[in-house]
Amino acid sequence: MYWRCFTGVLSREILKFWQQRTRLLSALIRPLLWLFVFAAGFRSTLGLSMTEPYESYILYEEYIVPGLAAMIVLFNSMQSSLSMVYDREMGSMKVLLLSPVSRPFLMGSKLIANTMVSAIQVYIFFAFSLLVDVRLPLLGYLYALPVIALLSLFLGSLGLLLANYIKQLENFAGVMNFVIFPLFFLSSALYPLWKMREANEWLYQLCAFNPFSSGVELLRFALYEKLATVPLIVIVSLTVATFALAVRSFRPKASKGHFG
Amino acid sequence: MEVVVREVSHHYGANCALNCVDLALKPGVTMLLGSNGAGKSTLFSLLTGLQKLTRGSIAFNGSYLSTARSKIMATMGVVFQQSTLDMDLTVKQNLSYFAALHGIAPHNALSHINGLLEQLDLTAKLNTKIRNLNGGHRRRVELARCLIHKPKLLLLDEPTVGLDIASRQLISEVVQTLAHSQGVTVLWATHLFEEVKPQNALIVLSKGHVVAQGQCSALLKQYQQRDIEHLWQRVMQEAR
Repeated sequence: MYWRCFTGVLSREILKFWQQRTRLLSALIRPLLWLFVFAAGFRSTLGLSMTEPYESYILYEEYIVPGLAAMIVLFNSMQSSLSMVYDREMGSMKVLLLSPVSRPFLMGSKLIANTMVSAIQVYIFFAFSLLVDVRLPLLGYLYALPVIALLSLFLGSLGLLLANYIKQLENFAGVMNFVIFPLFFLSSALYPLWKMREANEWLYQLCAFNPFSSGVELLRFALYEKLATVPLIVIVSLTVATFALAVRSFRPKASKGHFG
Repeated sequence: MEVVVREVSHHYGANCALNCVDLALKPGVTMLLGSNGAGKSTLFSLLTGLQKLTRGSIAFNGSYLSTARSKIMATMGVVFQQSTLDMDLTVKQNLSYFAALHGIAPHNALSHINGLLEQLDLTAKLNTKIRNLNGGHRRRVELARCLIHKPKLLLLDEPTVGLDIASRQLISEVVQTLAHSQGVTVLWATHLFEEVKPQNALIVLSKGHVVAQGQCSALLKQYQQRDIEHLWQRVMQEAR
């Protein structure tokens, strides 16, 4: 029963993703603009010194590819959570919750389905990045997969947790601005943290504390066939904690409105 | 399946939605009559476990949602007041998704789906997106969906609201036949007096209280009324 339920959730998510081709397009346009336009413009102004995991000096395009890949995961996970708010408003969440299968399993299935959609988008983005000569170690692409899955599970759980406390679709747009953009811009996705430290110490501290920075660095190291131990511990711990909280928050409540 | 609701009360803040409700559902059709705000949808939310039961108990053949949720949900089919279909998916995709959520193998699901669509005169709509169906067809798809896993308990929250006579009659026939031929327990909330048949059980809910309960024909006799509409008026008068 559990396997069939999982494949049912997975095929629904993939079907919906395939039907919303504009979603795929917009998910790719954003990072590609950063890569092809922003990076080209800033290449000469942002000097990058040699830091781990890099073994030689690199171009800015190469620096931001892991950050942009993490951005795809971030946006897709939050969009998937947005779809939960939509499902709840439209009532289709009730259908999911009427399944005899346990709710943690259902939520886990949704998150894994979301992970697969994220991974497809990220690997399409990696293919595009070859056009600007960003060629990463072949094994790195393989090592990146579990990191993408882990990061997606963490951000998806965070999104579910947020989605459960958002009553209406309109409010979610606000949360996108208050959660996604700070997570992204206060991270090492677009600039190394030492650069931020040169500019402002407390901003650096915020960036270093941001778990999304850990996710970006974990992915960056994996792409260069290296393991970033501390970011791994941070992301694994946060994934377990946010998933547990998200499951807990989706229990039936006595008040009206949580399940539509 | 027998469902026993005992002393169930439910509040939303200071508002009382259900007040010490006692009722029993047995195989066959039980019609639930109540005006807007009577507590019908709250009762459905509690029966389906979508809202937490805070006072009283609900037993499904002696089992409780808190301890045997999986077993109970496997035997429960629900049509909600508002549509819960995925508008961007086809009829087949919607029904297959629900079948998968109940652990039904794809080939079995497809044969169930075909049988149900034939019964509900929807075979030609198998590959049509829900968005492109009219209200009557959408409601029939919802009914087909709640029957895929052959439930023993059907909870129908105003399943025919807004439908034309033909669709209403078809849905009513399918449900009444199912209840009588297969012994399915049905709780059917409605506003429409003509949907209540003399052989059905009837529960009248008003402002969170059960104000009348029994076999429809017996209640007509007890209140000395000739039809459901007059029975309703009389019961509501007494409830005031």
